[in-house]
Amino acid sequence: MPVGPREGIRNILVVSVVVCLLCSIIVSFMAVSLKPSQDANKELDRKQNILRAAGLLPADATTDTQGRGAAELFKDFEVRAVNLETGQFTDAVDPTTYDQQRAARIAATSRNLNAKEDIATLGRRENVGLAYFKLDESREIERLVIPVRGYGLWGTLFGFLAIDRDLTSAAGLSFYTHKETPGLGGEVDNENWKASWAGIPLFDNEGDPSVTLVKMRTDNPSEIDALSGATITSRGVQNLIAFWTGDLGYGPMLDRLKAET
Amino acid sequence: MATGKKVLVDPIFDNNPIALQVLGICSALAVTISMSNTLVMCAAVIFVTTLSNVAVSLVRNHVPTNIRIIVQMTIIASLVIVVDQILQALVYDISKRLSVFVGLIITNCIVLGRAEAFAMQNPPGLSALDGLGNALGYSVILLLVAIFREPLGAGTLMGIEILKTVNNGGWFVPNGLMLLSPSAFFIIGLLIWALREWKPEQAEEPEFEIAPNLQYREAY
Repeated sequence: MPVGPREGIRNILVVSVVVCLLCSIIVSFMAVSLKPSQDANKELDRKQNILRAAGLLPADATTDTQGRGAAELFKDFEVRAVNLETGQFTDAVDPTTYDQQRAARIAATSRNLNAKEDIATLGRRENVGLAYFKLDESREIERLVIPVRGYGLWGTLFGFLAIDRDLTSAAGLSFYTHKETPGLGGEVDNENWKASWAGIPLFDNEGDPSVTLVKMRTDNPSEIDALSGATITSRGVQNLIAFWTGDLGYGPMLDRLKAET
Repeated sequence: MATGKKVLVDPIFDNNPIALQVLGICSALAVTISMSNTLVMCAAVIFVTTLSNVAVSLVRNHVPTNIRIIVQMTIIASLVIVVDQILQALVYDISKRLSVFVGLIITNCIVLGRAEAFAMQNPPGLSALDGLGNALGYSVILLLVAIFREPLGAGTLMGIEILKTVNNGGWFVPNGLMLLSPSAFFIIGLLIWALREWKPEQAEEPEFEIAPNLQYREAY
């Protein structure tokens, strides 16, 4: 077959450069022009997840029973940055723009966890975490929502744990991203199971994290049904709750707030 | 000579990409768990297949044979990224649920298959109709699968409860299998059976015939 100009090396280079250039222009144009609304969507999604964990928004709706949307409901929340080491509030970061997971990947804003500390398989933990406070009319804490994450079976589960006004019992739990098996570990999204977290005491008499996921519940109030067919996911959930409510997570802040009230 | 109407309508039932050519099964299993996901996925595939056919057809006389597949993949991949970006901006919830499957349209054999088999030889207008027709054929099967899977698996359709489940105090016990991918295999299999009963010319000749058992004593 004669090699015409169409099959020549020159044409190959010209066509590939032109095609790549055109395609990249279109892709970058779309990516840049749609970025603002994508970011707005992500922010709305985060707020909805916080509200769902706190039990203020139904799982399958974007408005509550009175028709209030996430942006409106979120006005009742106060976001504070917390130094996880000391439990004190800090002004070192701006809570509205701070990216907690990103901070955990940077050496300067996080600390390494050794094998014994790292029960939730995080690798590193950020120095500053965010906490979302819902205050009632008399400026008392009504709900407190903290971000939690930890390794399950296939990947990290990201979610929010809501803590009740007594600062010792859970009010709700909700995961917004996970990679667990649908129907087995994926049942962390099951509404009935999530509802079983309300009112569960998070700490034992010594103040240590006490929630366990078990096959057969006894009369211990800190026990929650494990997910059937998902032993490793259940263990992961138990560990991540223990980590983030423990001394390396938000434990110091909870202790401080309890002492103040 | 292929006419526009034939090119558009043929792939829907007579030469369906899923039911006859058995392509694009991966996403047919994955996204048909709920009707709303399926509709968005179908729209995305219609968009990508039609536009990639047009784009490939436009450059068909300039692309060197040696790099034609790479050029087609570049065009398809760019369109898929564009779709993904649009979904993230407009329907964030569904884009999160579809997760990787929008990205995996790149590997959907239907898209590359139509680009290589049809758009490389035909003008843009006809290629657009061919892409649209094949994507519609894909969509018809996906929607049929979703119509069975969502109500039987979760008691809902488009998220609206149509069969009251036991969990919500009703009578319907959802079939958990319908929420898992293998159930789509069963439904697609039944659909192919139904389609070939309706249009017997699609049925393939058996590759071999089972010989009658002459040594009947073997059975005892």
